[in-house]
Amino acid sequence: MSTALDHKPPPRVSGGAEENGHLDELRVDPIALLNRVRAECGDVGVFRLAQRDVILMTGAGANELFFRAPEEVLDQAEAYPFMTPIFGEGVVFDAPPERRREMLHNQALRDKFMRGHAATIAGEVELMVAGWADEGEIDLLDWFAELTIYTSSACLIGRRFRNELDKRFAELYHDLEQGTDAIAYVDPYAPIESFRRRDAARVGLVALVEAIMGRRAASPPSTDDERDLLDVLMSISNEDGSPRFLADEVTGMFISMMFAGHHTTSGTAAWTLIELLRHPDELGAVDRELDELYAEGAEVSYQALREMPRLESAIKEALRLHPPLILLLRVAKEDLEVEGYSIEAGQMVGASPSVSNRIPEDFPDADAFQPSRYLDPREEDRSNPWTWIPFGAGRHRCVGAAFAMMQLKAIFSVLLLDWEFELAQPSDTYRNDHSKMVVQLQQPCVVRYRRKAAPRSTRGATL
Amino acid sequence: MRVSVDLDLCQGHGVCESEAPTVFELAKNAKVTILEDTPDEELRSAVRAAVRFCPTSALRINEEE
Repeated sequence: MSTALDHKPPPRVSGGAEENGHLDELRVDPIALLNRVRAECGDVGVFRLAQRDVILMTGAGANELFFRAPEEVLDQAEAYPFMTPIFGEGVVFDAPPERRREMLHNQALRDKFMRGHAATIAGEVELMVAGWADEGEIDLLDWFAELTIYTSSACLIGRRFRNELDKRFAELYHDLEQGTDAIAYVDPYAPIESFRRRDAARVGLVALVEAIMGRRAASPPSTDDERDLLDVLMSISNEDGSPRFLADEVTGMFISMMFAGHHTTSGTAAWTLIELLRHPDELGAVDRELDELYAEGAEVSYQALREMPRLESAIKEALRLHPPLILLLRVAKEDLEVEGYSIEAGQMVGASPSVSNRIPEDFPDADAFQPSRYLDPREEDRSNPWTWIPFGAGRHRCVGAAFAMMQLKAIFSVLLLDWEFELAQPSDTYRNDHSKMVVQLQQPCVVRYRRKAAPRSTRGATL
Repeated sequence: MRVSVDLDLCQGHGVCESEAPTVFELAKNAKVTILEDTPDEELRSAVRAAVRFCPTSALRINEEE
């Protein structure tokens, strides 16, 4: 790599003359801003976020450099100041690759644990629909956000902890996610309503966890099999015999473990359902696939979940069009060069799934929902590893991607078994709220459900 | 057939080891080690499954060699 001094600075996108640069535009219509950077500047362009330049890279070549860069060159820890008040001081947003691999092995994301998780997730969906009437309405954001609190706590922390949770935990967790206004790039503790609610929510979550820990201390698990992560953490003491982890720190760890997989999976489940309802032919194909797969009374098993190309493709297409993370950020730790442009140490560097996932050269008819693009022989995800990036790519690729895909397939295996759905609003009123860095569906986002006249569970399938 | 891995991409999920344990090995907290980079023809379907289901698309089969 030649020195940055040989190269010219990348072009700057229009606008952003205000004191905080493009911050306000990022808080109102970030996707328009990110698209404009590519349209005006090409693969490498600059916008201004408060006091820092962000070099936005798009397209395969620049993205590959972004995603292959080691931690020492492009650092993630500093890039997300809005996460620190959510996790608590000292709990980092993202660990270096070596630590992530260790977590992957310890935290039940490894392949050999997936079989158990598939059954757990199916069970959680059944519990949620058990409360449904023969027909009714659900708000997609509320419903999937609550479901994924239960699934992620059950799989990542443990069954005993999950059984102590109810809707209150999900509501407080939602307030945390809403406390991710990009104003944090100016001041993560700015006196605004969403930050006040965020801080109150964290206090509320610590109180819930503290109460759970109190009940646990009074009645410890009877067998080793029942022990979950909370029991393990509570069993660790300092040398003087006092507990090593208090409720505040335990809560911070649990919030951070659940964060990456929560709003992302919840939003993707909602968008998969919305897009399938917008495209009845695709929904029909998925229905037939599930019919065949579960006709013999098969369980929602790990093996079954691996063999559902139509559903898997629908989920991938929802992810491509509506990636849960629209802007991935790093901080350059040294000067570097990309496509003839210089990047200086201290500048922020970004990649955008929203922009790259819709590059028309890589994804023909890029704005259209076309699950068939993932089927043999097109396989547009595998053939575009640096631009099909809903999970990121390279060293920092989402370690939970395989878990997330399995979870989404398990959710729809159960939901589409006995229920049919229809949009309860005009199709174009389902959209994302981009006012926070954590993207969520804008409410209202209601769909109607109705029990199927001849549910598959009476046709031989058992779940 | 020759099997190769892009170690920038491997995260150590262990799917390949489940599919073809005589070809791929994962020590605790490690990336994959390829035990046999030109596996026997009888292992073809297991190795293909390992490549296909690798969560990070880190594995490749080169048929030429």
